[in-house]
Amino acid sequence: MTDTSTSLKRTPLHAVHVAAGAKMVPFGGWDMPVQYTSIIEEHRCVRSAVGLFDISHMGEFEVRGSGALGAVQALTTNDASTLALGQVQYSLLCYPHGGIVDDLTLYRLADDHYMLTVNASNIDKDWAWVTDGGRGTWTNVSEATALLAVQGPRAEGLVQRLADQDVTRVPYYHFVRGKVAGAPCLISRTGYTGEDGFELYVPAEGSAALWHALMDAGKGDGIQPIGLGARDTLRLEMKFALYGNDIDDTSNPLEAGLGWVVKPAKGEFMGRAAIEAMRAAGVKRKLVGFEMVERAVARHGYRILKDGHAEGVVTSGSFSPSLERCVGMGYVGADLATIGTELDVDIRGTAHRARVAKTPFVPSHAKKI
Amino acid sequence: MANVPADLRYTKEHEWAKLEGDKARVGITAFAQEQLGDVVFVELPKVGTKVTAMKTFGVVESVKAVSDLFAPLSGEVVEANGELAKKPETVNSDPYGQGWMIVIKLGNPKEMDGLMSAADYEKLVAAGGH
Repeated sequence: MTDTSTSLKRTPLHAVHVAAGAKMVPFGGWDMPVQYTSIIEEHRCVRSAVGLFDISHMGEFEVRGSGALGAVQALTTNDASTLALGQVQYSLLCYPHGGIVDDLTLYRLADDHYMLTVNASNIDKDWAWVTDGGRGTWTNVSEATALLAVQGPRAEGLVQRLADQDVTRVPYYHFVRGKVAGAPCLISRTGYTGEDGFELYVPAEGSAALWHALMDAGKGDGIQPIGLGARDTLRLEMKFALYGNDIDDTSNPLEAGLGWVVKPAKGEFMGRAAIEAMRAAGVKRKLVGFEMVERAVARHGYRILKDGHAEGVVTSGSFSPSLERCVGMGYVGADLATIGTELDVDIRGTAHRARVAKTPFVPSHAKKI
Repeated sequence: MANVPADLRYTKEHEWAKLEGDKARVGITAFAQEQLGDVVFVELPKVGTKVTAMKTFGVVESVKAVSDLFAPLSGEVVEANGELAKKPETVNSDPYGQGWMIVIKLGNPKEMDGLMSAADYEKLVAAGGH
């Protein structure tokens, strides 16, 4: 095997993970912690207590100026004009043909000033895409920005003890600016786990001190560092899409179940005409959640069968630590997308029974206030 | 320090074999289970199945990955660890003990000599496992 570790990018917290004994793996061009102790243990820690994630690999772009809203509206599918100051919105970048460039969260930082948080593996592609139109003044602040996620039922209490703002008053998908353990942060009530919690945007140089402050202050809460392995099983239980697995340039928002962030009424945007044509024609396949009937793990790329015929493909699959069953997501024909429909997954040449399931697989505890 | 019992023989695919008379007990090493992470499923052959040295005999699935199991030795499977269906995590907690996978009645006991010693396997692990 080739040692690729030297060519991989590192977050400002890389040394902290190595010192903590994390198992490091390549992910989207980054050398990232996949687990510190055990994926199942870390997963349960987030569901029952609080976990700390380094997601500094994600990218952040800012756009400002009188053309900022116009630029965002032309690029993204959701309606950015509805965003209040301090509000966050889930949205998509689409190609003219309706395929997905990336999914993102959009922050309205000030009048005529927005931030887009994009997937790590897409930073270069997205940057070229958003700056191509020449509208608005764009800044790529990805390298200067670290991002820590504090997630779990004890996240709010922990962050509150260290914050100089009343974070209990920050509603879901909103943010405030303030200091956490003395570090200037954008404190965002968002996440990718289905638990309550925050994502803390912090200057890269202060991120290690903030990490240690959270780990120390969270000892009594049972805090643990959480790797990308548990991040993946946590988001899978919520049926949150992962770009590159469940959505990509060959899938469209409607079949991915993301039609709720496509707002054609707002006016023209990239992909609008194609997505509207798809909506009119009817969605041919759908991204469904399924449970395996037997203890067999369906994984990305495995075929989904109905009565022996290939009918779709698994996009994500794993063991669900909460349910202690194997679950997954995949595209199937719209006629097979009804909850309870029996399907098979071709696992190494053997058909294993699966059933289309209600999602999220476990109830969300994100604070919807 | 790597956990590599001296009385076992090893493959470069990270299985161990323990000679028990004309049979050998087989499992995966501590290093292998660490690399895999939480084991959630082990697919083993039925008793009576013929296995061939360095061919796959089963599959181990962790939360993150799926990995083939390679038979260290040729012969016939005379026992398979059914407990692993209920408690696959035993492979993580006790890879050389309760986490054993199969017992092979040896077709060619001389194959034992082709397996790695504990000292050689330790060098393999120290080099990163490959």
